[in-house]
Amino acid sequence: MMRFLRCAFVIARRDFSATVLSKTFIFFLLGPLFPLLFGGVFGSIGARVAQQTDRPVVAVIAPQDEFQRLAAARAQLAEAIGGDALVSLVGYSPEPDLAAQQKRLLASRSPPIRAVLSGGLENPKLAGALGGDPGAVGQLKMLIANARSGSAARAPDLPMTAIAVSSGSLAKDRASTAQIAQVALFLLTLMLSTMVLSQLIEEKSNKVIEIIAAAMPIDAMFVGKLFAMLSASILGLVVWITSGALLIQLVKHGGVATLPTPAVGWPAFLALGVIYFGMNYLLFGAAFLMIGAQASTAREVQTLSMPVTFAQVLIFGFAAAAIGDSNSTKGLAAAIFPLSSPMTMLARGAEQPELWPHLGAILWQALWVGLILRAGAQLFRKTVLKSGPRLPWWRFGRA
Amino acid sequence: MLRQVSHSDPLAVEAVDLVKDFGDTRAVDGVSLCVPTGSIYGLLGPNGAGKTTTLRMLLGIIDPSSGTRVVLGRDHPLDAAQEIGYLPEERGLYPAMHAREAIAFMGALRGLPMSEGRRRADVLLAEHDLGDWGKKSIRSLSKGMAQIVQLLGTIIHKPRLIVLDEPFAGLDAINQARLEELIRREVRTGVTIIFSTHVIAHAERLCEQVAIIAKGKVAFNGRVDEARARLRPIVRLRTRQSDGPWRTAIPAAARREGDEYVFELPEGGPEPLLKVLIDGGAGIETLAIERPGLHDAFVAIAGNAAAAAMGEEKPQ
Repeated sequence: MMRFLRCAFVIARRDFSATVLSKTFIFFLLGPLFPLLFGGVFGSIGARVAQQTDRPVVAVIAPQDEFQRLAAARAQLAEAIGGDALVSLVGYSPEPDLAAQQKRLLASRSPPIRAVLSGGLENPKLAGALGGDPGAVGQLKMLIANARSGSAARAPDLPMTAIAVSSGSLAKDRASTAQIAQVALFLLTLMLSTMVLSQLIEEKSNKVIEIIAAAMPIDAMFVGKLFAMLSASILGLVVWITSGALLIQLVKHGGVATLPTPAVGWPAFLALGVIYFGMNYLLFGAAFLMIGAQASTAREVQTLSMPVTFAQVLIFGFAAAAIGDSNSTKGLAAAIFPLSSPMTMLARGAEQPELWPHLGAILWQALWVGLILRAGAQLFRKTVLKSGPRLPWWRFGRA
Repeated sequence: MLRQVSHSDPLAVEAVDLVKDFGDTRAVDGVSLCVPTGSIYGLLGPNGAGKTTTLRMLLGIIDPSSGTRVVLGRDHPLDAAQEIGYLPEERGLYPAMHAREAIAFMGALRGLPMSEGRRRADVLLAEHDLGDWGKKSIRSLSKGMAQIVQLLGTIIHKPRLIVLDEPFAGLDAINQARLEELIRREVRTGVTIIFSTHVIAHAERLCEQVAIIAKGKVAFNGRVDEARARLRPIVRLRTRQSDGPWRTAIPAAARREGDEYVFELPEGGPEPLLKVLIDGGAGIETLAIERPGLHDAFVAIAGNAAAAAMGEEKPQ
């Protein structure tokens, strides 16, 4: 056993140094930044466009007091449903030539006025390009009705006793945490899967595989390669998590403390996150290493990448379906199926406070990592190295 | 010949009836070998004869379809991996690695700590006047130089058994001589060396024992002089007279090479032959009795087609 571990360590050390000390590892670390940057750039563009298109500005030509009543009605509605969802109102005093004033306002670019409301509260008339936005027209009708009745001024007080959490809010918050954690786990593993697929291409193309195969069991090489990539990934994960937490701390008022608390608590949840990341990576990595070991060229690896990615998405979907329903048949099946187990169990950690099922799950997943690696090494020896006697398929694995 | 190996020497490798099938093709068909400890053992055969497959089975890279092998006393060769060095036919190194690291890494694969591997790599590189190469990446070395680096990696952990698959292929004359010297030096320290080659001259110069493999089967297994002893000595005769009673001494199977008759020495030996030639008035100009070379033995054992395939590459 010691020799096996030592052999695996030699391979892991070589692969880890070759990965981490290469210039391309910088791009690996920066990898998750690209979607964030894209999200930021396109998000801000989208927000700007939305600001200009989704919140129509309506010019109100009315005496000052009538505009004040209309603005108060809007403020009351904004308190209920949020100002972003409401039309914006800009007040203008009536001019002698109303038609000319309307025409000038509709041509205005700053602010970009979509419609003009005139005639006061008693005899309102709307002119402008709101035909395709019945919601905006409806809002204006409601605002005018409220302004006429003066209900804004009569809004009752509603005393409220603040309670931090209720069962409804807790379940919702924890489901959010479960979902976020599961998506993060899925995305991280997804990014790394192609790298694992191509792990043996280097050795196969430069023939080092022959020297390695003569010096150690193939299983040890598989384990070494897998753990080298896991170590490099965990290094990346530490960098990403630290950067992410720092970013949240900077961007969100109150920092990470404002995120929904998982059922097992933050320390245990973070520890489980790291363990399940490792297990998820090892399970998928072992499976992909087995598949990738069959490929002899980079092109074959690329061809394999797509079905492998779809398979991952499918398994992610299976695990995601268990969120909020972790004790159902579906939830238990997703926790038992080895490849969906880490994602399902991490989500469970966010939703259920018991820790003991995690111990069982981790042992179960570790068992499967070993089984898949063993099968992968056997398959490699059999199909790539062409080793052993020809056996019928039911005796495969005993070679 | 470097050292006489007696039959009482323990065997470094013993293979019995090794068979390897790839699909419907039988690559190795019942190969049995006995390699004495401390000897240089050659596997001879044309390309595709099954030499590399046999070596890979002996090393445990692949398992045989049937048959057994005991390597350095272990039933499973990988259990003895730390005491074996292997230079494969298709050389393999990580191109980005420095030469010194590559040598140390190959030692580490065989259980040598990296720090000790680096130290020994420095010594080995210096011994071979290659000290300046230690910090150069493999991709910056010539093919021959990379091969020498790999060879140093093969012996870095001081193995008891070294297996070299076509070690001379791709080397220039200087490096071939360097490799031969290295093999001799290792064997002087008691190391067993098995190497495969399809260049008979290398085997003739280095090996004490050879196995001639053709079409997956061992056609001969034994000492080089035993292989030669299978053939009768060759007589090369040049006479002044073209005809006469002496012609009765020339066997019917004799061939002409220029002015010479070339034939196997008859059963009776040289004296009756000489008597007939002299009494018959041949007027002997030159007469040479040659011991057959390994190449001749190989032709006789493996057949002309195999010999022709072997003869394609000549040693430099």
